[in-house]
Amino acid sequence: MAETYEMAVSDLIAQDIEAYLDAHQKKSLLRFLTCGSVDDGKSTLIGRLLYDSKMIFEDQLAALEADSKKLGTQGGDIDFALLVDGLAAEREQGITIDVAYRFFSTDKRKFIVADTPGHEQYTRNMVTGASTADAAVILIDARKGVLTQTRRHSYLVSLLGIRHVVLAINKMDLVDWSQARFDEIVAEYRAFAEKIGIKAFTAIPMSALKGENITEPSARSPWYAGPPLMRWLEDAPVEDDLRDKPFRMAVQWVNRPNLDFRGFSGLIASGVIRPGDRIKALPSGRESTVERIVTLTGDLPEAVAGQSVTLTLADEIDVSRGDVLAAASHPPAVADQFEATLVWFDDEPMLPGRPYLLKLGTRTVSAQVGEPKYKVNVNTLEQLAARKLELNEIGVCNLALDAPIAFDPYAENHDLGGFILIDRISNRTVGAGLLHFALRRSQNIHWQAMDVDKATRAAAKGQKPRVVWLTGLSGAGKSTIANLLEKRLLAEGRHTYLLDGDNVRHGLNKDLGFAEEDRVENIRRVAEVSKLMADAGLIVLVSFISPFRAERRMARELMADGEFVEVHIDTPLAEAERRDVKGLYAKARAGELKNFTGIDSPYEAPEAPEIYIDTTQLSAEAAAERIYAKLEGETPDPGS
Amino acid sequence: MDAPKATQAWAPDPIPARAPLTAPMLTHLQRLEAESIQIFREVVAECERPVMLYSIGKDSAVMLRLAQKAFYPAKPPFPLLHVDTTWKFRAMYEMRERMARESGMDLIVHQNPEAIARGINPFDHGSLHTDMWKTEGLKQAIDKHGFDAAFGGGRRDEEKSRAKERILSFRSAQHRWDPKLQRPELWRLYNTRKGPGETFRAFPISNWTELDIWQYIYLEDIPIVPLYFAGVRPVVERDGNLIMVDDDRMRLLPGEVPQMKSIRFRTQGCYPLTGAVESTAATLPEIIQEMLLATTSERQGRVIDHDQAASMEKKKQEGYF
Repeated sequence: MAETYEMAVSDLIAQDIEAYLDAHQKKSLLRFLTCGSVDDGKSTLIGRLLYDSKMIFEDQLAALEADSKKLGTQGGDIDFALLVDGLAAEREQGITIDVAYRFFSTDKRKFIVADTPGHEQYTRNMVTGASTADAAVILIDARKGVLTQTRRHSYLVSLLGIRHVVLAINKMDLVDWSQARFDEIVAEYRAFAEKIGIKAFTAIPMSALKGENITEPSARSPWYAGPPLMRWLEDAPVEDDLRDKPFRMAVQWVNRPNLDFRGFSGLIASGVIRPGDRIKALPSGRESTVERIVTLTGDLPEAVAGQSVTLTLADEIDVSRGDVLAAASHPPAVADQFEATLVWFDDEPMLPGRPYLLKLGTRTVSAQVGEPKYKVNVNTLEQLAARKLELNEIGVCNLALDAPIAFDPYAENHDLGGFILIDRISNRTVGAGLLHFALRRSQNIHWQAMDVDKATRAAAKGQKPRVVWLTGLSGAGKSTIANLLEKRLLAEGRHTYLLDGDNVRHGLNKDLGFAEEDRVENIRRVAEVSKLMADAGLIVLVSFISPFRAERRMARELMADGEFVEVHIDTPLAEAERRDVKGLYAKARAGELKNFTGIDSPYEAPEAPEIYIDTTQLSAEAAAERIYAKLEGETPDPGS
Repeated sequence: MDAPKATQAWAPDPIPARAPLTAPMLTHLQRLEAESIQIFREVVAECERPVMLYSIGKDSAVMLRLAQKAFYPAKPPFPLLHVDTTWKFRAMYEMRERMARESGMDLIVHQNPEAIARGINPFDHGSLHTDMWKTEGLKQAIDKHGFDAAFGGGRRDEEKSRAKERILSFRSAQHRWDPKLQRPELWRLYNTRKGPGETFRAFPISNWTELDIWQYIYLEDIPIVPLYFAGVRPVVERDGNLIMVDDDRMRLLPGEVPQMKSIRFRTQGCYPLTGAVESTAATLPEIIQEMLLATTSERQGRVIDHDQAASMEKKKQEGYF
């Protein structure tokens, strides 16, 4: 199959070069990163991709065959790894091995592969390679499965915001193309990927050495219906969403050839621009209108993210290099204090308080880095206390700049949220950073004091805070189910707390009765306590009758978006009354209890609960399990 | 009542409806072009005296066009520097003069005075020819004019050791390339800070391949030296290389008689050191076709690279471009 495909391309080149050129001209570009050690077959895979896309010339192939016999590990067969390796030789020559870029193309796309073979410098190199990658190929040896280094690579891929991920499960030939083994690795990886915020990935069973599932579907894996690697690479979306974001362009150079022309040159980081669009220059905040988009080959009617252009404006506003031109309706924020993730690259550690130069976009300012809030063990993802960051360490710190800059959070826009730090004396690039958010002035005064926030606490617990609000009639089974649910969550290592009538009414709310205003205040206090507990990073289970919609909505609106999970434990009144575990219904019917829900006080059932449990259909155990499954089924997203 | 929740206050505002996009997704050449232009502008904005090394070949031709695009309507705000050996093809000198004239840019031609005095030539002096004229010549020119950044046409696909070359390659005040001083390059951020006497080589077309270069020349109709196209020219065959007899300085060996053959050159350089290929490819599509169907890599025509793989690395450490 692969042969036929290559023949067709060669034929086209031979017979109709202009048609070929026309097709080639329309190709898109995908930059991707390969992660994995030599043992996983990474070099073999890259060599195979180059070979299969005909990027190897005859003289190179002859050299490769000779080298394979001399140095190869494939018993005289072609060792594709030798095409890209050469590591030993480089080490002998004292040459740093960091990021190497390889190029190949198919009839659909041109590819730039960032290959990061280093071991000691792995974090620095991988972060560098990942910073320009649209996609990542994470290699796994099918015999070994998900290893510590797989987790480390995946964490860095996620940190750098690469959204298109392939899990290349390689060496499938050495596990007899076992689907069970493949499925096992995928399941294990999925559980981990969700934890670190990789929302989707494609797993491909392959053998780079044998060329199976590389360019064509392999006959060895009939159970695999997905694309071979090359097809996935050809079809992965590129910069798909940058155009849909608001316009941003950092001004690189003010073009002023004569008194009649003043243009602002830069590469469009996001969005679309057209003559007539209102723009705002930042940090000055002055506005103007785009007059022309000037290029050597004529003015453009519009320009999009990724293009280098020169804009002229209708008004003479003061704009210089380092400023950002942005959509006037949606400008980025301007600030001088931030929280950011830092990756340290230098042998000399990052020292809090020392001023470094920070370059973001086209702006360079002086920056002081605060003491790390924590550093991350990239192997275990544990957050550790730290006073400084050493070479290849990653940590979260606050930064104070000597001048305000325009920025977007890194997750929104890599060009306006990614920065490098430069040592003022050695001029070395000592670190890279990803901006999270600006710190507000009031917080800045004591910014040492706000070292730990909700996200940090939640991340430390490896979970997403939630308020699971169980509502239903007295005797519906809320507390029984909540107890079972808490046990289940605890067994999974979650951090929880259960609030119910027993532990609240006897303490916090012992001053409250059962009158309607008391019931409202009761729920208000429970909701506020839940909010504090969610802020502490906990999964809070609330088991209260909470009969009124208005109070439940008040509780919902106190919480962050998506944090509040309303569960209706629905038991018909007749059934609850028949059970009457505590004998309360009997007392209410006898008039000994006033304002009893269902008897002489209304119960307003939820109209759209997140989870609905019919206790006449489900046992308490099954109900707890169902709620648990729903909670875990939603992607936990710690620390983001 | 739908009171906004805490997180919604941070979500971006909806973007107002606007006319649909007419521009298709950027092609690979558009992305490469935008990246190259960004590099040109960044170096010009942050360095004091940049220069562009102009070696008259196809890569230089593309570089010149990209520089013009980066700064239009201004002229590229730096001169062109040709580090000459006096042994280039005559057609190259003609092209050099034409491009300097048409671009309106200053052209600096540097010839190592010591090499002139000693009569260094490719016949008698072997690798000294390259060392003296090119390596030493380039250092002299940079020192003489005080350039702090030099644009060059190096590409990462040319050779294994170039695959990891930075876009901005840092050189010490002695013009040495020290692997430990090279800086990581993230996103589109380049660290251009340097001390007195230290310089950069900047490679705006690092991520282009040979095919990209040809495709761009074709698309943009960029003038190139006619020797890239096949023509009937006088050649002699030496050590498996076809060497063109470009002027009367060519030393013929006893019994050697130039023969007229239809040839062309895949690279341009000193004529006695540059091997031709037999070809009838007379148009750009034909050249590209020949290249795509070729079975040997581009640099094979350069006699200088024929020693071991590490030679490029060694030359780079010594300051060869």
